[in-house]
Amino acid sequence: MNNNSWSWETFFDAFPIVIQGIGITLGLTITCYLFALVFGLVWTFLRRIPNKPFHWVVTWVMEFIRSTPPLVQLFFIYYAWPMIPVVGVTLSPFTSAVLGLGIHFSTYIGEVYRSGIDNVDKGQWEASRALNFSTRQKWTKIVLPQAIPPTVPMLGNYLIIMFKEVPLASTIGVVGILQMANNYGAQHWTYIEPLTIVAILFLVMSYPSAILIKKLENRVNGNFNKKSALSTIEKGGAA
Amino acid sequence: MTINAMMEIFPVLMQGITITITVLLAAAFFGYLMAFVAGLCRLSNNIVLRKFTGFYVEVFRGTSLIVQLFWLYYAIPILFGIELGSNWWAGVIAIALNYGAYMSEVVRGSILSVAKGQTEAATALNMSRFQRMRLVIFPQAVRMMLPEFGNYLIQMLKATSLVSLIGMTDILYYGDILRSNDLSQAPVVYLLVLVFYFIMALPLIWLTRKMEQISKKGVAS
Repeated sequence: MNNNSWSWETFFDAFPIVIQGIGITLGLTITCYLFALVFGLVWTFLRRIPNKPFHWVVTWVMEFIRSTPPLVQLFFIYYAWPMIPVVGVTLSPFTSAVLGLGIHFSTYIGEVYRSGIDNVDKGQWEASRALNFSTRQKWTKIVLPQAIPPTVPMLGNYLIIMFKEVPLASTIGVVGILQMANNYGAQHWTYIEPLTIVAILFLVMSYPSAILIKKLENRVNGNFNKKSALSTIEKGGAA
Repeated sequence: MTINAMMEIFPVLMQGITITITVLLAAAFFGYLMAFVAGLCRLSNNIVLRKFTGFYVEVFRGTSLIVQLFWLYYAIPILFGIELGSNWWAGVIAIALNYGAYMSEVVRGSILSVAKGQTEAATALNMSRFQRMRLVIFPQAVRMMLPEFGNYLIQMLKATSLVSLIGMTDILYYGDILRSNDLSQAPVVYLLVLVFYFIMALPLIWLTRKMEQISKKGVAS
């Protein structure tokens, strides 16, 4: 059977099958994202260690991970890791995908954290030192409360980007919606309908979330500006 | 031992480099072209043109590249009876359309962020709409786009690895062949593949930094 044109019959036949993969796709997205959020912190801390050669090494390792294809990194973790003597272990496709995509995205997210921290006004650091705050107080009371809010929309964007990268995991056998569609295509010799369903599912989920992130961004920006305006007024009042 | 293995693997991987580079160059060319066309169309006064490009941008930004690639490769020839000629074109078109959509937002954003006073000054000098865009706004906007364009070039390089999934003989494809010949070689093979991509990315990273410097100076704000 070889279909040469669009068929709604096939579309509705494939729909319930393709959609079975959605749980895996969403679960993988969330797991990868959480992993990247946590692992991103590791990069941020490593980069703050004040040792020149160490800083240089960390920067280049991050650059290496960022500028090489996540697909190859997935293959490396899934196919190559078990073959490495002594430390090699066989990982399930799902775990490999979480590690591969998670590590890849953690380097982006590490940069987001860094820009957030760098954006905190220099005077704020100095003031907290002048007030004799401990390191922990400085971070929890002064720096992080100001560093985190502006990064929230960026982090949200990365969640959507992650969602769109997750189908890469189908190449190592994670059965999400894309793999479901490919299986259906291989069985019925028609790829148009199942792949179109996948495209529609992605649009239906990522478009509204993109709008939500935009709204969030406006809100954060709005609040942020208001706050800084307020603090300027207060400063003016105090002077 | 590993050195010997590397010496054997290296020339095999080299065979795939032409495909990777030609796909990258073609995709970059068409991607930037698409970015300018779509970016300018979205700023047009014609509502139909604006909505249509908006639709294109949302569709290609909202779905993932791998889905678009498969869709183009499997569906286009059947749906419209168009033969794309080869999987090379399918890969190039998918990457160009995908990144063109992302970069059109860069184009649009940069044009919009050229200071209002510039437009007003150009109007005061009695320039036509076209002159204003060509002589005043565009040259400044392009400078602002440069760093982002550089970043997207690195993204496109990474994206070229996907074309191995539609049967093209790029670096990753040869890597996979080597791995299936001798499973124990997998770590060396994939590490070398990663190094290959990194070496190709290095000049692009350097270029992006250069572009950041260029864009910092010479933009009126």
